[in-house]
Amino acid sequence: MSWLLRHVQSLLASAGHLARAPIATLFTVIVMGMALALPLGLDVLVRNVRNATGDFSGAIGISVYLKTNVSESRAQQLLKNTRERSGVRGAHLITATEALAQFRKQSGFGAALDALEDNPLPHVLAITPAASSSDPATIENLRRFLQSWPEVETVQLDGDWVARFNAILALLRRLLLLAAGLLGLGVVAVVGNTIRLEIQNRRAEIEVTKLVGGSNAFVRRPFLYTGALYGLLGGLCAFVVVAVALWLLTPFAQRLAQTYGSTFALQGPALRDLGILLGAGTLLGWVGAWLAAGRHLARIEPGA
Amino acid sequence: MITFSAVAKRYRNGREALGNVNLHIPPGEMVFLTGRSGAGKSTVLKLIALLERPTRGQVLVGGENTGKLAARRIPAFRRKIGVVFQDHRLLADRPVFDNVALPLIVAGSALKEIDKRVRAALDQVGLLGSERQLPGELSVGEQQRVGIARAIVSRPPVLIADEPTGNLDPQLASEVMGLFRRLNEVGVTILVATHDLHLVRESGLREIVIENGRVAGDEGSLVLPIIEAQR
Repeated sequence: MSWLLRHVQSLLASAGHLARAPIATLFTVIVMGMALALPLGLDVLVRNVRNATGDFSGAIGISVYLKTNVSESRAQQLLKNTRERSGVRGAHLITATEALAQFRKQSGFGAALDALEDNPLPHVLAITPAASSSDPATIENLRRFLQSWPEVETVQLDGDWVARFNAILALLRRLLLLAAGLLGLGVVAVVGNTIRLEIQNRRAEIEVTKLVGGSNAFVRRPFLYTGALYGLLGGLCAFVVVAVALWLLTPFAQRLAQTYGSTFALQGPALRDLGILLGAGTLLGWVGAWLAAGRHLARIEPGA
Repeated sequence: MITFSAVAKRYRNGREALGNVNLHIPPGEMVFLTGRSGAGKSTVLKLIALLERPTRGQVLVGGENTGKLAARRIPAFRRKIGVVFQDHRLLADRPVFDNVALPLIVAGSALKEIDKRVRAALDQVGLLGSERQLPGELSVGEQQRVGIARAIVSRPPVLIADEPTGNLDPQLASEVMGLFRRLNEVGVTILVATHDLHLVRESGLREIVIENGRVAGDEGSLVLPIIEAQR
């Protein structure tokens, strides 16, 4: 109980210390807020782009062209096998006869086609992957599987652009992680430097505290709480910045969506994001303070 | 309580502050440490409070060999020693109560205990009722008494004071000395470094004279000759 009380006292003392220097605290919090807002903003952007473009899984199709010597009954057998495979939402067979009829109708080469002795077109399996299996790696696995059948001449993926789009989103997500890592380091550096200055300003107090028997842990504690509070407030600031930015952009996004006949609306950061942001900010602030305090407090010893 | 055996101290800048110092202060004694500025008085106090470690020799305080004390045990060791400075070393932005309570807070005392002991210490130095005042609102003499209250609040068995009357007029100096005498009467071992020879002679207490980093005189000691004889 006494231990807990001491920590609560230390936390309150640190909060009071920040409150007594509101301008300096505000500037530090804004810098940290901006650093944390960037990865959050990027994350919200990626999520909104995904929402705006919808679920592309239905746009991916696979056309399996069978060899011309494959019979229709064998093609029906292959269709049955395909439908039984996991990751396939649907499949249907376009027979060579159906394909020729359609070609005849759409191409206008009816007379020329009549001159052909045999139907040159193969049977085709038109496959739609399941939504849960529409990522590039799974699609590629399915393509290889189909290509391995001896009856298959070629497999064509109708939706390369979706794969490219998914790749761009994956790149953005990777960029997001990279930015989060780098800016997290920035937050650690900002807090570390702030705590370093704080330690210098409170040198006399630290000396007296150590002189009367204060351990390094005791002296370090308020600085750790100060760092954690900076991080917490920085996280809150970042959330507000992103929320306000989205609120400002919403009417423009809606106007743009309306021109495409869409009812799309920007989605702001969720409460879960706020929790993650506050947790990450607090942790980064604590780490920055711990590094600075560990380095600089050890150098301060009382002198008589 | 405090024993220096062939203690030498050389600082990093090469200055030898002490060379072969032997002294013994038994529990419950009050002793003055005198000598000119730079003679080595403050170094003796620093070695006792473990603000410095000896370059050579052995410093024993309450049975602890300070030269061999592990770094993690230093805070607990310092809590057993009250230190009074000439410049008080008070925290200017904290009220008197917080300044005096600091040794108890770092020791993890309960709030009720802190409140009781701080009031008792302030009562001892005649400042009960000044708890909420900031050090800057007090006179120099009162600030010195706050410093003494902080040094005695955790009831340490040893109290060391470095020129505690240096900034005080004769009357205040006499008051502070009276306070030390009263603490000594209840068993606190006290070592006061001062250059105020008048105050020392007036007290009639033991005086250890330090000159050029060595004990040049020890009036009133029955122990030092024994140590010297053993060497």
